[in-house]
Amino acid sequence: MERYFHPEIECASREQIRAWQNERLVPQVRHVYENVPYYRHLMEEKGVTPDDVRSVDDLYKLPFLTKEDLRIAYPYGLMGRPLSDCVRIQSTSGTTGRRVVAFYTQHDLDLWEDCCARAIVAAGGTKDDVCHVCYGYGLFTGGPGLNGGSHKVGCLTLPMSSGNTDRQIQFMCDLGSTILCCTPSYAAYLAESICERGLRDQIKLKAGIFGAEAWTEEMRQDIQNKLGIKAYDIYGLTEISGPGVSFECSDQHGMHINEDHFIPEIIDPKTGEVLPEGSVGELVFTCITKEAFPLLRYRTRDICVLNYEKCPCGRTHVRMSKPMGRSDDMLIIRGVNVFPSQIETVLLNKGYPANYQIVVSRENNSDKLEVQVEMTPEMFSDNLSQVASREKELVDALKSMLGIHAIVKLVAPKTIARSEGKAVRVIDKRNLY
Amino acid sequence: MTINQISVFLENRPGQLAEFTKLLEENQIDMRAMTIAESQDFGILRLVVDDPYKTVSVVKEAGYICAVTPVLAVEIPDKPGSLVGMLAKLGEGGVNLEYTYAFTARKKDAAYMALRVNDPEKAAKLLSEAAEARPLCQEDLGALFGEA
Repeated sequence: MERYFHPEIECASREQIRAWQNERLVPQVRHVYENVPYYRHLMEEKGVTPDDVRSVDDLYKLPFLTKEDLRIAYPYGLMGRPLSDCVRIQSTSGTTGRRVVAFYTQHDLDLWEDCCARAIVAAGGTKDDVCHVCYGYGLFTGGPGLNGGSHKVGCLTLPMSSGNTDRQIQFMCDLGSTILCCTPSYAAYLAESICERGLRDQIKLKAGIFGAEAWTEEMRQDIQNKLGIKAYDIYGLTEISGPGVSFECSDQHGMHINEDHFIPEIIDPKTGEVLPEGSVGELVFTCITKEAFPLLRYRTRDICVLNYEKCPCGRTHVRMSKPMGRSDDMLIIRGVNVFPSQIETVLLNKGYPANYQIVVSRENNSDKLEVQVEMTPEMFSDNLSQVASREKELVDALKSMLGIHAIVKLVAPKTIARSEGKAVRVIDKRNLY
Repeated sequence: MTINQISVFLENRPGQLAEFTKLLEENQIDMRAMTIAESQDFGILRLVVDDPYKTVSVVKEAGYICAVTPVLAVEIPDKPGSLVGMLAKLGEGGVNLEYTYAFTARKKDAAYMALRVNDPEKAAKLLSEAAEARPLCQEDLGALFGEA
């Protein structure tokens, strides 16, 4: 039988949800207009005032926010509350230029944890569960989000953080973890390690909540079969709060967006026009309950589709499909956001030509990032160790820029495929979408 | 005291070396010595050829990345132990070998070593003092292979 963390909210009528959204959106827009000069300026440029927004129907009038705005306004320019009201900062991986820093009041944390708690309950979590969180703890939202949600549900929470697979498995066996929270690629790796060690019958896992990166249905089957669990998807982004913006229920046909906090729209990424229900387009979120970092009409760059039909699980909140792609060139590799331009910056800084190709693949359910660089006379030497040390230097520079390891492959000049004179920069072999 | 070695960047994939040597064949370039230093995804081919200048222009023209490096070359007697004295002398003089390879020519009872060292000047001096080693220059190499 389906259980809910907030049954009266999660199963509210569409009319009720709409009423909540209207009554929260209007004052939120006014608050942002009056307290966030950056956004007020965008509204003025568009000739919109808070009086123009009387309900969700008027949402389309508001200007969009993008990652670029976050960069320009970094770090405090989009805050809706003074710093003294804030109690937490979280951040995305990536470089200073692309880094997103989000602020939270205690109330924001509370609502974010509620969202995660809904996801945990939807995955079957109760106060009798042992919730094993091996998302990273720290600036990354994964660990703190699920940790907070797990507390709210009353689960016995194991704040494992990421890494140290031996210890993860030992705790899982010794302490009887029942719900696993981590990235799907790490879940797949854990599953494999558990099977390899013949410990499958020592674990008590029943469900997993896996997010922060794209994963396929095949990967879900693989993890489910190896661990004997049901695997649930969870979606979120630091800009909007973190994991729990939407989550899967037992029906597993899309992720329910917590619409009492976030209003989704689907737009045409080229024109910015709102698309009719059922269209595939870019997902945009408006935060109607957030205090410290109240982004309005934030463009996620994730391409997906919304489904407003009532779900067999009983929830009424709209379901979003798994993201089918990106409207920008961002790659998510091992849960980390990577832009090709970051790689280009490193290459140019190190004196390499901009002839490069990024090949992303997935081997044994783990992402592999390879950067192919064309050899130049300047880089070349008759001495192998010199070439190798230049290669190593580049690997280190990429690691410090991206936060993840990249394999550098030196290739012969003019071998990187060019189409119509323009190089093909990214080859993603993972077929995630 | 030195000969010109040509180093070429080659990707590590089947057929690469065949492709490269075909280029040499087409241009009638004769190799005196050849060795490859390999890493996981590429190799550095090191060549000693009859005509280094022609080779460099042909190789560059074909789009390969290459470099010309002067390396020390010495003739030693082709008999057991003839390397020992020479190498010991370099070692005692504090010269470190970066890489080395051996080749032969048409001369009977003689063997040849190409040496890349950290201090070529000092190495040349030490080698000229070694009893059984005869340092070679590019012209000597030509004579060994019966060129005009």
